Amino acid sequence: MAANNHEILRIENISKSFPGVQALQNVNFCLKKGEIHALVGENGAGKSTLIKVMTGVEKPDQGRMLYDGVEMKIKSPQHANNIGISTVYQEVNLCTNLSVAENILLGREPRQFGGKINWKAMNTRAKEIMLGLDVDIDVKAPLATFSTAIQQITAIARALEISSTKVLILDEPTSSLDVRESDLIFQCMRKLRETGVGIIFITHFINQIYEVSDRITVLRNGKLVGTYDTENLPTISLIQKMIGRSLAEYEDMEKAKQDPDKQQVLIETNNLGRSGTVQPTDLTLKTGEVVGMAGLLGSGRTGVAKLIFGVEEPDTGDIRVDNQPVDKHSPHESLLRGIALCPEDRKESGILGDLTIRENIILAMQARMGWFKYLNKKQQYEIAQKYIDMLNISTPSSDQLVKNLSGGNQQKVILARWLATHPKLLILDEPTRGIDVGTKAEIQKLVISLANEGMSCMFISSELEEVMRTSNRIVVMRDQEKVTELPGDTTEHNIMQAIAGAD
Amino acid sequence: MHRIKKFLFKNGPLLATILIFFIVYAIGGQLYPAMRKPQVFFNLFINNASLLIISIGMTLVVIMKGIDLSVGAMIALTSVASAALLQQNFPPLLVILMMTLMGILFGLTMGAITHYLKVEAFVVTLMGQFFARGMAYVINRSSITITDDFYKFLALTKIHVPFFENAYVYITSLVAIVLLVVTFIILVFTRFGRTVYAIGNNEQSALLMGLPVARTKLIVYAFSGFCSALAGIVFSISLTSGFGGYALSMEMDAIASVVIGGTALTGGVGNVFGTLFGVLINGIIVTILQFNGTLTSWWTRIGVGILTLIFIGIQSLFYVRKKHT
Ligand SMILES: Nc1ncnc2c1ncn2[C@@H]1O[C@H](COP(=O)(O)OP(=O)(O)OP(=O)(O)O)[C@@H](O)[C@H]1O
Ligand SMILES: [Mg+2]
Repeated sequence: MAANNHEILRIENISKSFPGVQALQNVNFCLKKGEIHALVGENGAGKSTLIKVMTGVEKPDQGRMLYDGVEMKIKSPQHANNIGISTVYQEVNLCTNLSVAENILLGREPRQFGGKINWKAMNTRAKEIMLGLDVDIDVKAPLATFSTAIQQITAIARALEISSTKVLILDEPTSSLDVRESDLIFQCMRKLRETGVGIIFITHFINQIYEVSDRITVLRNGKLVGTYDTENLPTISLIQKMIGRSLAEYEDMEKAKQDPDKQQVLIETNNLGRSGTVQPTDLTLKTGEVVGMAGLLGSGRTGVAKLIFGVEEPDTGDIRVDNQPVDKHSPHESLLRGIALCPEDRKESGILGDLTIRENIILAMQARMGWFKYLNKKQQYEIAQKYIDMLNISTPSSDQLVKNLSGGNQQKVILARWLATHPKLLILDEPTRGIDVGTKAEIQKLVISLANEGMSCMFISSELEEVMRTSNRIVVMRDQEKVTELPGDTTEHNIMQAIAGAD
Repeated sequence: MHRIKKFLFKNGPLLATILIFFIVYAIGGQLYPAMRKPQVFFNLFINNASLLIISIGMTLVVIMKGIDLSVGAMIALTSVASAALLQQNFPPLLVILMMTLMGILFGLTMGAITHYLKVEAFVVTLMGQFFARGMAYVINRSSITITDDFYKFLALTKIHVPFFENAYVYITSLVAIVLLVVTFIILVFTRFGRTVYAIGNNEQSALLMGLPVARTKLIVYAFSGFCSALAGIVFSISLTSGFGGYALSMEMDAIASVVIGGTALTGGVGNVFGTLFGVLINGIIVTILQFNGTLTSWWTRIGVGILTLIFIGIQSLFYVRKKHT
């Protein structure tokens, strides 16, 4: 035991299986005090499951866990919390009806005599915490009124706030944050590391792994590949270890070829805007073109997507599709016109967890065809299988309930749903959020090859690299306004400048 | 100005409920001048004490996205059981104590079954209803009169309302009001209360936030059981008898009051103050029908039914609007 003094958490021989899936198999893992330990692997590799086993959400089939040198069975997330393990789970798990302050502090709120909650102190404390993360919001407002990014930061604030924390677990905390916000989270992580907290950090952003982590543990298909010191593991070998092959296709990707003769204008917006979300915007999209949308969170990218798809009604300007003016704005109408939107927040507005993968994929397609032309079961299975293979969705069968999939695989199911409608214009809002490197490249390739077949695509992403790799043209948004349009072969520097608004 | 707007927006359903109550009251006062006497208002608290008590318990259950269909039957069981015990000359305070303990245990059991065995609350509490109603008739098929002096004292002691001449309520009404205030404080100012809201919004999240989900759920059902037993005691005091057929489908009146009071059946929102007005609206319709004297009492049901539908409409309008802002 003496030798393990610097270890805070040790996992030995843990296995966990779900019906049809061996999620973890004899995994060993150890976390030292005062280190940031990255846990990486493809979608469905078992990262979140490992976390859930450590925090008592799932019971392991076998194996044992040592906490601070003592063997320990964690009974529940509450128990984990009490002994000093605080966790931000992959999907934001907070209560949207409660205020931001309550979400951060509920369970250890400041109280007066007799157990009465001191609301004033609680709100002040929450405000301080959020300001510390550079977020200035009304902490008394219900969480539901804020964006995914704020909700994510709230969840992180909750975990950071526990002062007796010895282990902090962050499962893809930065997936819906932009660079600036991620940096703030990293600062906090480094500060905690100084005080001796052990941090487990899960992410699919390779650069972030190198930015903050001290050691890396790689999982593949539920098995441990190994634990490495970050400085001794070059990116290439890291990716190789994650996906089990080298990522050659990552390099030789070409953009969609554009044939100027064949190109027609597919969509044209004129002064399209909605007060509060998007300033009047002009935009054209041609057939077979991939247009990237860059900008910070809240810069109005999603707003434009929602207006074009008809989720929200514009209050100025108009849209023309195929030269026909659009007068009815609704997602259903758009679908019939051949426009599809793959939304950014899969939990709120997309995935139906209690349906199977097949049902989720067929849904939009069936809506487009009309509910009377019913696809028979055999066709449905064929289509579902096609996309499962195409997007590498890791699942025992297409009859698996979507809620049982890993986070990244759920994202792929949504993508499949909209691809299956064979749209003329596919709007992708952060399509690769939470998706592993290998599949990310696959999806980018897929978009380009579909564009070569004549589909247009609007590609919204916070990862500039990805926007640059896929787009023929890049629209930059800032403060709910389109600021400029850049050619697809522009440099990252130019885009950054446009985003930041530096002249 | 902005703050007023925000306040109105936040409390829209509750304010609508209060407004409707006063409108209905004013209409009644126009039609029947006798209704303008203050005592008519205070009678609402006398006649609806037990409904108010079970509705308070129900509010907590519904905020937590549960339901408790057993409360009406529990009133009947409590009334019969206490009448039977008093007949055997048990001391009245002991009877009251035993009854509340029975209510708590009963609720606790139902809560444990829903939580640990993952059975729908609807099913469990419906079975609870059958059980309680059945037990009531097993104890005695017919009505038992209560002759105990202490019960009579509780039933007849008038408490004068300050500032109103000749206006009074009974001890039982006071019990209901005290319960209301205490519950209000619990919901707004304690960790337990906030956890109830958290569970109603998303039980899984509450669990992952490390909140004591199991304990809170059990306590809430136990509390509802406690309220139903208390309501049963109040019921038997005001009728000085116990009978297995009392309070038929009163749980539905309670649910309607809770919904009219702005608590959403989808969980996570609501408060007991609204429930009070839900109960009062129910009561004022009954009062108007009594003053009228020719309409059948079934009009109450029709009125409450329509109002409940309107309120569910108002609520969903508010929540749709809220989502979009
Ligand atoms: N409750 C469940 N029932 C059935 N299968 C499950 C369940 N939870 C997870 N799985 C399966 O276990 C495997 C590992 O899932 P896990 O969520 O741990 O992956 P992950 O590494 O976190 O992936 P991602 O990067 O996409 O979040 C997946 O194949 C998933 O489908
Ligand atoms: Mg995961």
